[in-house]
Amino acid sequence: MSATAQKDDTKEGFGAASARRRTIWRALGSGVFAELSPIAKSAVGIVGLAILIGIVTALYNSVPAEGDPGIAINFPEEWVFGWEAIKWIDSLVDWVVVNWEPFFIVIRTVVLGILIPFRDFLQWLPWWLVIAGTGLISWRMVSTKFGITAVGFLVFMSFMGLIDLLMLTLAITLTATLLCVVVGIPLGTVAARSNRFDAMLRPILDGMQTMPSFVYLIPALMLFGLGMTPAVMATSIYAISPIIRLTNLGIRQVDSSVVEAGRAFGATPWQLLRKVQVPLALPTIMAGLNQTVMMALAMVIIASMIGAKGLGAEVLTGIARLEPGRGFIAGISIVFTAIILDRISQRLAKRPETQLAA
Amino acid sequence: MSEVAEKICCQNLWKVFGPDPASVFDLVDSGASKQEVLEQTGHVVAVKDVSFEVRENEMFVVMGLSGSGKSTLIRCINRLVEPTKGTMQIEGTNLAQMDQEELRELRRHKLSMVFQHFGLLPHRSVMDNVAFGLEVRGEKGTEKEEKVARALEQVGLKGWEKNRIHELSGGMQQRVGLARALAGGAETLLMDEPFSALDPLIRRQMQDEFIKLRDTVKQTVIFITHDLLEALRLGDRVAIMKDGEIIQVGTPQEILTNPEDEYVSEFIKDVPRGQVIPVKSVMEPAPVMVRCEQSLEDAIEEMKAKRVTVAFVIDNGGGLKGITTMEKAIAAVREGVTQAEDVVHHEFPSTSPDTPLDQVLPLVAEGNVPVAVVDGQQVLLGVVSRPALIEALQLGDGNGNGNQK
Repeated sequence: MSATAQKDDTKEGFGAASARRRTIWRALGSGVFAELSPIAKSAVGIVGLAILIGIVTALYNSVPAEGDPGIAINFPEEWVFGWEAIKWIDSLVDWVVVNWEPFFIVIRTVVLGILIPFRDFLQWLPWWLVIAGTGLISWRMVSTKFGITAVGFLVFMSFMGLIDLLMLTLAITLTATLLCVVVGIPLGTVAARSNRFDAMLRPILDGMQTMPSFVYLIPALMLFGLGMTPAVMATSIYAISPIIRLTNLGIRQVDSSVVEAGRAFGATPWQLLRKVQVPLALPTIMAGLNQTVMMALAMVIIASMIGAKGLGAEVLTGIARLEPGRGFIAGISIVFTAIILDRISQRLAKRPETQLAA
Repeated sequence: MSEVAEKICCQNLWKVFGPDPASVFDLVDSGASKQEVLEQTGHVVAVKDVSFEVRENEMFVVMGLSGSGKSTLIRCINRLVEPTKGTMQIEGTNLAQMDQEELRELRRHKLSMVFQHFGLLPHRSVMDNVAFGLEVRGEKGTEKEEKVARALEQVGLKGWEKNRIHELSGGMQQRVGLARALAGGAETLLMDEPFSALDPLIRRQMQDEFIKLRDTVKQTVIFITHDLLEALRLGDRVAIMKDGEIIQVGTPQEILTNPEDEYVSEFIKDVPRGQVIPVKSVMEPAPVMVRCEQSLEDAIEEMKAKRVTVAFVIDNGGGLKGITTMEKAIAAVREGVTQAEDVVHHEFPSTSPDTPLDQVLPLVAEGNVPVAVVDGQQVLLGVVSRPALIEALQLGDGNGNGNQK
């Protein structure tokens, strides 16, 4: 059967799945239990709990006053091999870092190859051009009021002497975002077209998004040492989930009748993607980009702890040297940066051409 | 066999939806209904052993209620839905044997489709939408633009090229869909309830325009609808579907006069025959036709012989110049006029072949002259007299369900 037929074959007989579940539940021996009234079920529960407490108390009482309580109370230490596991992972990481060095060198070269020129360019721009440019973009893309606000933010940062650091933070954020886009959108597209790939990817993405951002610093540090490369890598991995998810969602949610029309006129899958699906999924993909940019900025600040310089490092220094003023001003600047980036990237998702109206 | 080429030939086509379609056939052979199959196996029998042919340039309408399988059936023709069993041949080529590449070529050049909900790309302008099919097959430049312009003109949207889709009303959007289908010059047009999403007034208008379009664009059309009236108005032949099976296939006349079973009878009960039957199915050849140069005496002789009082005067190409009555002819002869064309009335009742009988009735009621049926070039196709018209309107089943007027 072809792929088209497969798409229709996702439903089994109606009621078959829930019938199966009912059978399994019954088989687990709760058949009798299920027949009882709610009061009887609670009584059984309480009695069971009482018995359990009795057993544990008896165990504690049977144990000698001094010495090792034994297996009844504590998990035997001889069985614990966590220490070996830790040592094993340590040696694995060492092995990887040594043997895969070319691979990491390539990554470092690519990342720095993008980042350094970008940073240099941004820092080369004179301060007034930075302010004017940001003001212009904000004004054109968002609104006059926001244009003025953005200029205000940047003027503040200039007076605080933080423009250069801002440019650095921006360079790292945007480099990481670029990597996310280049890797994430294709992955999202593949996930949109293959249910199996999507199912495989989902737990990975879930895990990546719930892990605290801090945690990403550890492998980054191990594999790349201190500096900007690990900052970019950790940020990219942290921030990539939204764009993968939303590219996937966006493409899947494209009106199926339009896709059908595309197929009816003989479009190849690639033509469908390029002419129909991606243009129509663009608002959603841009929303993903917006979230990715915000997550990247947040992560870059945290990555200052592993050597990335920029506004985050200022905050860190403020904390370390107990200079709350420094930390506060840098922190406010970070907030301003976030607001500007957020509003501009949100606007990308709302361009009129991408709005549906049919 | 017939001289008219068979454009599409479908034999014993089945489509079953579900995880294991093949398992269902035993159950169906034992006589289970669609509902029973669904309850017992969870599979949906959408198309059940359907066979039909569509002739070249024919307008073949498939009509059925929701769930009758008609939308699935039309999608089997271009394999948007893969049939479970059976054969489908387009111009003799077996569809099942085609690989993806051949299928794409077929969709690009031989078939095109119009959808109920238009299927237009909202981020593109009208002309870019119409150009979609051409783009997909690699056409570019002025040739492509000319085709787009021509298609837009055919559907009456000239001047709207640069507009966005959301600026257009529903009826206009569907015209864009139609233009898109016409631009590629495909010989076969598949239409999935194209007018069903439009409001009733626009729907009527679109039907009329489509009928007119058929005069200029020669295409084989397969048209799906749930509206029996629409089917009878538009179709050369109509197939009625129920629960995945074709119940009856025939011309609108045949369906109305010989319903095959109770289901069809129920359907046609409410059909006002006068609105549906086109005058072309009732017309007869003109009893007396004389050429312009022929003498008046010939005309008079013929009229006497055929016992009619009206003669139709035509030119060499068959175009109708006018009519003349017996009295006028005799009077003219006495005055010395010789040629037929000198005596003609240039004003006479006439109508186009697709006009429904209802609209012809007033023309016939007025004069005692048969109404001439002419095509776009004024060629005389036939005539319809008052008695013939009234008989056609009154024909019904025994319950007298004919003329509702």
